[in-house]
Amino acid sequence: MVMQMLPPDWPGNVWAHWGIFTVVILVFILLSVMAFIWFERRAMAIMQSRLGPNRAGPFGLFQPVADSLKVLIKEDIVPSRADKLVHWLAPVVAFVPVMMVFAVVPFQGGALLADLNVGILYVVAISSVTTLGVFMAGWASNNKYSLIGAMRQIASVVSYEIPVVLSLVGVILLAGSLSLQQIVMAQDIPFILVQPLGFLLFFIGALAEINRAPFDLMEADSEIVAGFNIEYSGMKFGLFFLAEYAEALVVAALVTTLFLGGWRGPLLPDWLWFLVKVGAVFFVIVWIRTTVPRVRIDQLMALAWKFLFPLALINLLVTAVEILVWPDVSLWLLVPVNFAVMIVLVLLWSKLFKLGWGRVNV
Amino acid sequence: MTTKEITIQTEPFVVNIGPVHPSTHGVFRMRTTLDGEVIVNMDPVFGYLHRGIEKLAEERTYGGCVPLTDRLDYLASMSNNMAYCLAVEKLAGIPVPERAEYIRVIMAELQRIASHLIAVGSFLNDCGAFMTPIVYMIREREKILDLFDMVCGQRLTYNYMRVGGVSQDLPEEFVPALKKFLKEMPGWINEYDRLLKQNEILLARSKGVGILTREMAINISASGPLLRGSGVEWDIRRADPYSIYDRFEFDIPTGTAGDCYDRYRVKVEEMRQSLRILEQALEGLPAGEVRSEVPHLVRPPAGEAYSHIEAPRGDLGFYLVSDGSIAPYRFHVRAPTLINLTALNDMMRGWKVADLIIIFGSIDICLAEVDR
Repeated sequence: MVMQMLPPDWPGNVWAHWGIFTVVILVFILLSVMAFIWFERRAMAIMQSRLGPNRAGPFGLFQPVADSLKVLIKEDIVPSRADKLVHWLAPVVAFVPVMMVFAVVPFQGGALLADLNVGILYVVAISSVTTLGVFMAGWASNNKYSLIGAMRQIASVVSYEIPVVLSLVGVILLAGSLSLQQIVMAQDIPFILVQPLGFLLFFIGALAEINRAPFDLMEADSEIVAGFNIEYSGMKFGLFFLAEYAEALVVAALVTTLFLGGWRGPLLPDWLWFLVKVGAVFFVIVWIRTTVPRVRIDQLMALAWKFLFPLALINLLVTAVEILVWPDVSLWLLVPVNFAVMIVLVLLWSKLFKLGWGRVNV
Repeated sequence: MTTKEITIQTEPFVVNIGPVHPSTHGVFRMRTTLDGEVIVNMDPVFGYLHRGIEKLAEERTYGGCVPLTDRLDYLASMSNNMAYCLAVEKLAGIPVPERAEYIRVIMAELQRIASHLIAVGSFLNDCGAFMTPIVYMIREREKILDLFDMVCGQRLTYNYMRVGGVSQDLPEEFVPALKKFLKEMPGWINEYDRLLKQNEILLARSKGVGILTREMAINISASGPLLRGSGVEWDIRRADPYSIYDRFEFDIPTGTAGDCYDRYRVKVEEMRQSLRILEQALEGLPAGEVRSEVPHLVRPPAGEAYSHIEAPRGDLGFYLVSDGSIAPYRFHVRAPTLINLTALNDMMRGWKVADLIIIFGSIDICLAEVDR
């Protein structure tokens, strides 16, 4: 199965393929996480009229290297009354699934570890496992802050998983496949234009799932200090940190693949397009982080159930009807229709939800 | 199939927030009883920063106490200096030259802006706006600190005011620098407003949260922005004018609901009013001496004096008792933030952990002043 999807010049052996792409994914994740950390710190510094890291190497480029070395050689402290086994296991459980998600993300045509025909389902299923690791960390640390953080994480993931998955179904309907490779192939125009509402809901939901501002309640440093990872040090903390940024990378890669046309683009080589788009999405995530305050836990829940969930259902309905009624119509015609639907729905729901210019009443 | 009824036993648990916590603005401990995320009760524990300043002052001369007052509310050292000097002058009947009065007002109002910048910035930091607002506001506070640096060579603990005036005259470059600052500052305040005033999440987080009613605010004798946020128009500068504040025109901004948002708005408006006072003070700044003839060791006649000013955080008072010697017999500080803190438990009961932090942040305390 895998062999058929490969371009002819790739290693003809399944195991060689597996080996090469495992290495590629590992290197890709580690390098991009480092690049992301550097990029986030520099970009945020510019937005906040600071300088940011600028000592280690040119433009502080080696700062993440220095940081990771520091994390590696730090003492690993386990609280005396912690559940040792779970405490040890939690970072691994949190980090491994994030890496596994990349098995199905195409870096360019055919360049992926496994072109699963249930790609999206796999992504959704695997990425939820991270939550388990987070909760294990929060529980095993025997610390009240981390327990609160872990509880918040569970609550938010349970709520946000639903609108996120529902908003993905629109994309699946349009592409007619669950495989990420096929979805990219189907995007003659980026799905962000055909599925604007789906994109919005997915992006908001994904931000909440990966604990990025304004939904970073699980590790709200001004409230519960660091949330679930408060009792972690050394490389265990490093793994959580890595997992967190790798999750941001996953979201950026998924948004790129599902909504921005994946590797497709003019002029530049395919893999470069992929990286550029991932970087652009990550920039938006950083931008949001520097701009907005944090929401409260009940507001987070209300946003999921009162705003995202109904809109995701309506979006699914509208997309399904469009596909049923005009099966052969050009996607370009759907663009204005869907944008109009999005604007009307969001405005209407904001009124209902009092999100407009008033405050959230929850 | 039989259904089994499961009851999950829950119980409130106690979380120690502080003394080492990023949002306690110092070393303050809140023994918080939580029911899930909801606050059932909160016991404040202070005293981690107690340095015995009131006792230390009894061993020092009247002039030598000024540096101690710097260390009370370190975000508003100039105001502390001023309040203390006013009390000594009242006790000993020392006149203050006209120019010194104006310089004191200029310093106090600059200090108010600097202090409110930190207050608003850290309040927004507590709301979870990651660093951006506070860094913007520190950027402007830096310019005020530069002005102070010009005047007295210090950036945090100024020790600038003296009994009977101020330690030295304004340097030449001060007035043009202040004029430049006054021209630029309104634009910056507008910039904050553009970014924050209508921010949806900020509104959702702070409107209606941590309400302190008008009656309760008066009952606990709150003061400063906390009191005015609850809709009481009470400002010592107007209610009991000291120094030369009766000569200036300014408004007293008040809130209506007494929630966190109102307190934040009051602080922003107060910055604008301070700019107005600064402009008027700069216009009327006379020439002349900056310090009256005061003996090196002030020996006030036996007696007592109480003097209070509107410090950035509220009604800051100094109560001095003299036995005729060179050192105060009793040196008492009425710290506004300590009294404002007493409202904390009532304000935050029933709210969530995330609200606890912003309610606490909106009171705007300085632990060095609370614990003394």
